[in-house]
Amino acid sequence: MKRLAKWRMISMFAIITLLLSGCGEPFLSTLQPAGEVAKEQFDLMMLSVAIMVGVIIVVTLIFAIVVVKFRRKDDSIPKQVEGSHKLEIIWTVIPIILLLILAVPTVASTFKFADVSEMDKKNEDGKTDALVINVRANLYWWEFEYPDEEIITSQDLVVPTGQKVYFNLKASDVKHSFWIPAVGGKMDTNTDNVNRFYLQFDEQKANEAGDLFYGKCAELCGPSHALMDFKVKAISPDEFDKWVADMQSVKEAETAETPLAQQGQEVFNNSCIGCHAVTPATGAPEAARLGPNLTNFGERSRIAGVLDHSEEELKNWISDPEAYKPGNKMTNAYNKLTPEELDAVTEYLMNLKVQD
Amino acid sequence: MSTYAQKKGFGATVWDYLTTVDHKKIAILYLIAGGLFFVLGGLEAMFIRIQLAVPNNDFVSAGLYNEILTMHGTTMIFLAAMPLLFAFMNAIMPLQIGARDVAFPFVNALGFWLFFFGGIFLNLSWFLGGAPDAGWTSYASLSMASEGHGIDFYALGLQISGAGTLMGGINFLVTIINMRAPGMTYMRMPLFTWSTFVASALILFAFPPLTVGLFLLIFDRMFGSNFFDVANGGNTVIWEHLFWIFGHPEVYILVLPAFGIFSEIFATFSRKRLFGYSSMVFATVLIGFLGFMVWAHHMFTTGLGPIANAIFAVATMAIAVPTGIKIFNWLFTMWGGSIKFTTPMLYAVAFIPSFVGGGVTGVMLASAAADYQYHDSYFVVAHFHYVIVGGVVFGLLAATHFYWPKMFGTMLNETLGKITFWLFLIGFHLTFFIQHFLGLMGMPRRIFTFLPNQGLDAGNLISTVGAFFMAIATLILLYNIVVTSVKNEKVGNDPWEDGRTLEWAIPSPPPFYNFKQLPLVRGLDPLWIEKMEGKKTMTPAEPLGDIHMPNNSFTPFMISLGLFVAAFGALYREDYHWGVMVLIAGLGITLLSMFVRSVKDDHGFHIHKEDLLNDDDKGGKA
Repeated sequence: MKRLAKWRMISMFAIITLLLSGCGEPFLSTLQPAGEVAKEQFDLMMLSVAIMVGVIIVVTLIFAIVVVKFRRKDDSIPKQVEGSHKLEIIWTVIPIILLLILAVPTVASTFKFADVSEMDKKNEDGKTDALVINVRANLYWWEFEYPDEEIITSQDLVVPTGQKVYFNLKASDVKHSFWIPAVGGKMDTNTDNVNRFYLQFDEQKANEAGDLFYGKCAELCGPSHALMDFKVKAISPDEFDKWVADMQSVKEAETAETPLAQQGQEVFNNSCIGCHAVTPATGAPEAARLGPNLTNFGERSRIAGVLDHSEEELKNWISDPEAYKPGNKMTNAYNKLTPEELDAVTEYLMNLKVQD
Repeated sequence: MSTYAQKKGFGATVWDYLTTVDHKKIAILYLIAGGLFFVLGGLEAMFIRIQLAVPNNDFVSAGLYNEILTMHGTTMIFLAAMPLLFAFMNAIMPLQIGARDVAFPFVNALGFWLFFFGGIFLNLSWFLGGAPDAGWTSYASLSMASEGHGIDFYALGLQISGAGTLMGGINFLVTIINMRAPGMTYMRMPLFTWSTFVASALILFAFPPLTVGLFLLIFDRMFGSNFFDVANGGNTVIWEHLFWIFGHPEVYILVLPAFGIFSEIFATFSRKRLFGYSSMVFATVLIGFLGFMVWAHHMFTTGLGPIANAIFAVATMAIAVPTGIKIFNWLFTMWGGSIKFTTPMLYAVAFIPSFVGGGVTGVMLASAAADYQYHDSYFVVAHFHYVIVGGVVFGLLAATHFYWPKMFGTMLNETLGKITFWLFLIGFHLTFFIQHFLGLMGMPRRIFTFLPNQGLDAGNLISTVGAFFMAIATLILLYNIVVTSVKNEKVGNDPWEDGRTLEWAIPSPPPFYNFKQLPLVRGLDPLWIEKMEGKKTMTPAEPLGDIHMPNNSFTPFMISLGLFVAAFGALYREDYHWGVMVLIAGLGITLLSMFVRSVKDDHGFHIHKEDLLNDDDKGGKA
């Protein structure tokens, strides 16, 4: 009997896992975990679902019997029962055991996910062996700083697969929350303190997801909270090292190549550079980094996190940011551009690339 | 309504309700006001679902959507669910313990008017520059950054209505402790009275932290303090703690009375005493107690660290045990019973699987490490709607049908009631079941729109369709109320014929003094005991004598009005020079009214024995 129950549990577990893992898109769904953290969280979910489905089945059985069997048939008065100590003990003790089964792995995982001791281990150069990324959340964009590599990028987070990536999380204006559903649970970016956690990106799953995971802001932060998306490019460690080197090679703003782009650079230097940097250097204070860093803008996957990466959408965005992200800080921060200036800036921005 | 009211003109009736201190009339006021806000909150819910029906929708704008979602949550919790529960607590609890009124009738009226003016103040924000837009949780960094006066309306409005709720809670506590009829010991109290008692105790301890939090917010926003201003050494996480130390018990304040209502309904329509009464009482108290130990499970992703997260995870799971005890006790109350499927019983029966659905996702959410995925996603939205709609709203709808004859002396139509029930049940599951999956598929909550090609389109459309079912169900319920009120077919003491507790031993609606002679309670389900011995009424515990009753008073209205006026002054103090004057004037009205109340001796009046006897002769009223 006991063995039978165990088999039932396992087969139920398998069925539920199979059913749920088909749900959602591989680049977004927590049900298609693409990394160690998400996988462990998924397993915990499935364990709790299995236990809970068991509870639901028991309740449903009793429920069905009751509503079918004990309908009023005549005017007789049923026996008045006070209760039953035996039953009371059964339905107190069994839930406690079930909860213990869930509580043990919960506590273990909670401590495991909080283990960021690698972030504190500095080698001789004063750097960490593990990759650390500082995430700064802003109304409605994300900045990613690689302190050891001394580069900054925005909106598209670039990470290597197959290793733990550690994050320092904070917000510069109001509270946000950093969430890459397919790769692992979220953590808030507070205004008060720096939160720390780690994620790990699975190479094969990244390929299945088209090397691009969707990241979300999960804490209400204002009108455009729904549009505060970012993307995660998970690439192999070699490609990542190459990308870092390419970024590091940009020491100062590169001069645009075509005449139109040069004209655009001029406009950019007059109107945009107050907020947007085009070099990845980490030197400027945070308060001066008012807008997303655009060093590798031409290689990004979206404009403003949500629009297609095309010249047309870029022009739409620059012409009227308020129409696409209400309440953003870019609106009215610069003078309106003429159509010619718009063409030029677009040309310039779309050609901001670091990878050769 | 009593024969008195029918003789009066419309103006006199209005004046009667403005000044009433009768718990049954205050209950009706709570029911009307709460119902009004429920419809308002429901409309806001419909706007939300219409906006999210398809990706990239522009039915409402981003900023307006945030106002709607904030007002939906705030309205439903503070201005609909709580007052509707207060309506039934007021109407029924004193009858269940055999009391002639609550302990402090004047304070009872004051509590209602404070709630009402607070709610009106909050909703006036729609017409005065925009509603609050930082969510019903109003987290400090966002609520500090929010422009306009929306958040000020939130903080001041909730402060006023919260004071009313706190007064109501204290009043119920004192009533239950002091005013039980002879023989009504604690362990003979009906479960609805017990849950009112525990919920009131929770109100007593949970509302002060909210009051403190709101005061800090008010001072930060309106008077230049820096409690939540990080740049000046403040801390926004403090708000999260204060809010949830209130906010978590709040959900038990809502759901425990609903549990109580269901306990009454199960026993009544199964014709059986409640299975495991003492363990039900124990579980209710335990849930109330544990409810204060788990607030940080709303903050697992705030960064409190693994020790706090693990402790709060395990504590949260523990609540599943007493809740499970209740579920099984209800099932075994029906087991072996003789079940009659009336409309209230349908809601009660449907409540069990619906609420178990919300309960099991609650345990899933308690698992901190997995909660990092669920938190602030649509999974949470699905969870708390399963608990609050499947538990509290079902409870309120059940109570509306169940207690309607006791409150108004006429039954709601059962056929229409059952149509409402089925539409609401189907709509509810259609709307919220799919949201579990939307959340797991990566949809954050509180988003005003979503982009296509993320696998979220179908689920959201299904959810919106479900919402329309619930809207139609609500319209049918309103139609039912109007039709049956117009017909007004009078019913007797015990219209359901299976009543077990004291409220069914007196006329529907009860005379304004409730019990001509206080009843003698001889056990749990006192009326049932008498019925089983072949008697129709309770044995009196006292000889017929004069009854001391309180006078009506307009002072509660004035005290509340003063705070309502003062709130405008505080709000506009920095915008207009008259702000300070209005603030002082409003506080003046309140303080003066309180002064009048203090110095004026009001001894109430006595109903004389002879008049009570006369009532009997006329037959109709008693």
